[in-house]
Amino acid sequence: MLSIKNLKASVDDKEILKGLDLEVKAGEVHAIMGPNGSGKSTLASVLAGKDNYEVTGGQVTFDGKDLMDMSPEDRARAGLFLAFQYPVEIPGVSNINFLKTAMNEVRAYNNLPPIEAKEFLRMMKEKQKLVEFDSALANRSLNEGFSGGEKKRNEIFQLAMLEPKLSILDETDSGLDIDALRIVSRGVNKLRSGKNAFILITHYQRLLEYIVPDYVHVLYNGQIVKSGTKELALELEEKGYDWLKESAPAASFH
Amino acid sequence: MSTDLDILKDVSTEEYKYGFTTDIEMEIAPVGLNEDIVRYISQKKNEPEWMLEYRLKALRHFLKLEMPTWQNFELPPIDFQAISYYAAPKKQVKLNSLDEVDPELLATFEKLGIPLSEQKLLSGVAVDAVFDSVSVATTFKEKLKEVGVIFCSFSDAVREHPELVQKYLGSVVPYTDNIFSALNAAVVSDGSFVYIPKGVRCPMELSTYFRINAQNTGQFERTLIIADEGSYVSYLEGCTAPMRDENQLHAAVVELIAMENAEIKYSTVQNWYPGDKDGKGGIYNFVTKRGICKGDNSKISWTQVETGSSITWKYPSVILKGDNSTGEFYSVALTKNKQIADTGTKMYHIGKNTRSRIISKGISAGEGQNSYRGLVQIGNSAENARNFTQCDSLLIGDQCGAHTFPYIESKNNSSMIEHEATTSKIGEDQIFYLNQRGIDTEKAVALIVNGYAKEVLNQLPMEFAVEAQKLLAISLEGSVG
Repeated sequence: MLSIKNLKASVDDKEILKGLDLEVKAGEVHAIMGPNGSGKSTLASVLAGKDNYEVTGGQVTFDGKDLMDMSPEDRARAGLFLAFQYPVEIPGVSNINFLKTAMNEVRAYNNLPPIEAKEFLRMMKEKQKLVEFDSALANRSLNEGFSGGEKKRNEIFQLAMLEPKLSILDETDSGLDIDALRIVSRGVNKLRSGKNAFILITHYQRLLEYIVPDYVHVLYNGQIVKSGTKELALELEEKGYDWLKESAPAASFH
Repeated sequence: MSTDLDILKDVSTEEYKYGFTTDIEMEIAPVGLNEDIVRYISQKKNEPEWMLEYRLKALRHFLKLEMPTWQNFELPPIDFQAISYYAAPKKQVKLNSLDEVDPELLATFEKLGIPLSEQKLLSGVAVDAVFDSVSVATTFKEKLKEVGVIFCSFSDAVREHPELVQKYLGSVVPYTDNIFSALNAAVVSDGSFVYIPKGVRCPMELSTYFRINAQNTGQFERTLIIADEGSYVSYLEGCTAPMRDENQLHAAVVELIAMENAEIKYSTVQNWYPGDKDGKGGIYNFVTKRGICKGDNSKISWTQVETGSSITWKYPSVILKGDNSTGEFYSVALTKNKQIADTGTKMYHIGKNTRSRIISKGISAGEGQNSYRGLVQIGNSAENARNFTQCDSLLIGDQCGAHTFPYIESKNNSSMIEHEATTSKIGEDQIFYLNQRGIDTEKAVALIVNGYAKEVLNQLPMEFAVEAQKLLAISLEGSVG
């Protein structure tokens, strides 16, 4: 589904990603861990197509298409979803109106007619239940006055509504208390299927107790320096990142 | 991919959609302003002597006045002697039915989305169409007559309902009020007149559609609405003009009178030609609008969506004379390119338990300048008066400006006045967030702006709320991306 080869990207002429490789197939959940400043959030932003990141090398294909050639909105329409670390507030724009607009953009891209009001409402109800999202929140303005946890849960609700192929969760666990973390994780677990894939970007092993990944990768200094299964996350929790820093090769490691 | 700032710079101008001109034989008064011109206009309109006298008094007063200097923008000098004060389609006989209206004129309004044949109209909306200096058609006149509602052009009202016009003309906005009210009174072109009798709830929306077509002329319409005891009316005005390189003057006066237990809801969707992206051309929209809640428990509500004109300068106000009367002002003003809007309201609390509510939403894009200027005045006698003001500014890009000038004068200790104000910017992160959900930048900006203006748009009658939303979106459309 997603194939990243030797990806290099800079912000303000400072190289952050320095030749990153990653393969994600349908049905898989990948966790990307790493210390602060290793490039985790840059990776998420570059994949979603944020402006101030300059891709200086490498290739990214998404479902066979050159992702870097696509506008951010086309990436989204093609099925790439980013659950933001800091979701923004948009006053006066109702969650419902926003979701319907987004959904119809995705549908139009896939040559589908706009969703019927009845079907949309049915889906809202179903997904709200699935991800345990309060209907009072769903009816409010987009993230306006939401707590940090509510915003994160709204991201998962949107994910459920838009049914993307690939979801990138950028530190969705940060700022969540244990109950909210459980609810968010339960939602994600219910949405996992053989057809979609997830990339979880996180600092902490804690999230991975709830959403069990198929693969864990360690991002350090703009490269993936170690890949493994969920046991790797436990090892990291125990030993920290320092032992990897020492063993990190200067050149690409794969 | 362009940066946020590039995008926002581009979110500026789509070609003005209503900029065409109508090729029609016109009768145009020679340029200049003097007693002869005023007599000429009055004679063209077959007016009674008292109307001519009123005009002449106003003219004499006007000639003594100087342009104001307190505004927050640079006002280019206006040569009042270089304007023609009367322009009318030539084939102007007394029209008995729409069939007699020049087809070219009907086509013009059709093109503007204002079909004048009654079969085609949205049922529930009666339209008065004003083309340059004259009203060309008023629809549903007969149907309204059945319930006693008078809805006609101002010129017709002067001839047919002189007692009402004489009684109320200038009673809320006297010609001595300001330089433009004096000018308007002297050279009134046309406009609409509405009278709702006692206890009648007007069965349909009334609306006037103003179109400037002729070159080098101004439009000076007068609207007078009287809602008698216990009546209700909702009135909407819309306006457009061709694209012309020179500035054209629009100096209208609107007077509203609400008697006991009456309610007037007045909505404006103003889309005069705003000038091009370099600020060339466009309408000077200098309008005096004021209503009086004369009777107890009456209510006047102004809603305006201002997207056009190169300079907008107006303050729809309410005199709250009756006890328990209510005044409201809801405004969205959008400026882009080099447009200037200096707008707001004045609420004069005189009666007891009077209430006023002011919601102003300014949107500035490009190099647009937006000012809110408002006055809340609580008089000695206004026991328990209440005011709530909310005044928000939204900035798009870093070349535009937003200013607020709120004035509060209270002479009564029992009054309560609240004022809230915010300034925000459309953030790069907001746009990216919406992009990431599949919504392109143009739609994202429209969504954000409409969300921001929602509280005001919600006040518009249903059919027009949708139009206004589109208008806001179109006004911000550009070569985005």
